[in-house]
Amino acid sequence: MTTISNTERGAAKVMNRTDLTRRLVARLQKDEAVVGGIGHTNWDLWASGQRPQNFYMLGSMGLAAPIALGVAVAQPDRMVFALEGDGSLLMQVGALATIATVEPANLCVIVWDNEAFHITGGQKSLTATGADIVAMARGAGLTNSTWAADEAHFESLVDEVLGGTTGPRLIAARIDMTKPAGTTDRDPVKIRLNFMSGIAPPDKEG
Amino acid sequence: MSRDDGAEPWHETVIRVLKENEVDLVTYIPDNVLRELIDALHTDPYFTVICPAREEEAVAIVAGAYMAGRRGIVLMQTSGFATLPNALASLVVPFQIPVVMMISERGIMGEFQIGQAIVCKTMRPVLQSIGMEHHTIEEHDHVPFVVDGMIRQAFATRSPAAIILSPLLTKRPRAGAAQ
Repeated sequence: MTTISNTERGAAKVMNRTDLTRRLVARLQKDEAVVGGIGHTNWDLWASGQRPQNFYMLGSMGLAAPIALGVAVAQPDRMVFALEGDGSLLMQVGALATIATVEPANLCVIVWDNEAFHITGGQKSLTATGADIVAMARGAGLTNSTWAADEAHFESLVDEVLGGTTGPRLIAARIDMTKPAGTTDRDPVKIRLNFMSGIAPPDKEG
Repeated sequence: MSRDDGAEPWHETVIRVLKENEVDLVTYIPDNVLRELIDALHTDPYFTVICPAREEEAVAIVAGAYMAGRRGIVLMQTSGFATLPNALASLVVPFQIPVVMMISERGIMGEFQIGQAIVCKTMRPVLQSIGMEHHTIEEHDHVPFVVDGMIRQAFATRSPAAIILSPLLTKRPRAGAAQ
């Protein structure tokens, strides 16, 4: 296992969101829930295969991690991932402190950082001028927050999470400006019902 | 659920009705009017209580929990509601997620803060325009019926709802009851 635990942002490789999303999904074996944030983040989740345990957020920018926190609190035995972009996370950055306080052992926030609001025309986000998401997460109390150094390191970090590492954690990955591999079908009720049946507790229906 | 001899404070009634409806997750942003309710929720092991950084988070946590099979409610005051239109219009309304909110109404009947008095006027037009069920409780006697009915309707119809607590309920002295 790669053990680069304190990679600095500047040393992290710029990777590809489609590729990393697929690497994540390929490692999911236990019906883990995945909440995809607004825009390209959930488009790539959609393109990685429409698992019923995926939730595709269509608006409410910044709320993927809080939604995932709600899922994690309701089902402590299921691992829950939130996928967010840098712009989204910065819009609801207090959520990092909320997660650190609630401290669910089964929540992992993954942040794709391309230093831009890609979907609206590539305008620079605040990470382009120095905001470091991992440093902010650690400052908020999420001590287990890490930059992925490269693809192999990203996979090893995901494996650690799936292996039952306790405590909430955050993985940040620098990504390029490649367009996502698909587009989510925007049918909110269908998305909710699929997700609810995909993660329904065995003893009750939604 | 019909016990109401006038002696039970409104916040105790709310807790009783939440339990009757198996609502055991509470998210809130602090508010002085809701203080006794919040304090009581924190000390009751039946409830999981989360105080996040912002109202949008509070709504999203309860929305996520609902989809995972757990019922919740969000507590806030009027100015907090004013931060929510985007989250309501793009998450809970189109996805048909029954997020129940309890909002203490500031900005009327003795408000000292002009900002509260102004932002308060945006609440009902927003609720109206996104088609959200809402009702304002003014009478102590109405608390169990309205809170129970709105919670049941929200979950039965997969629709968000706002229960507004008027100062007529929360601030008005009640004859024959300890304040």
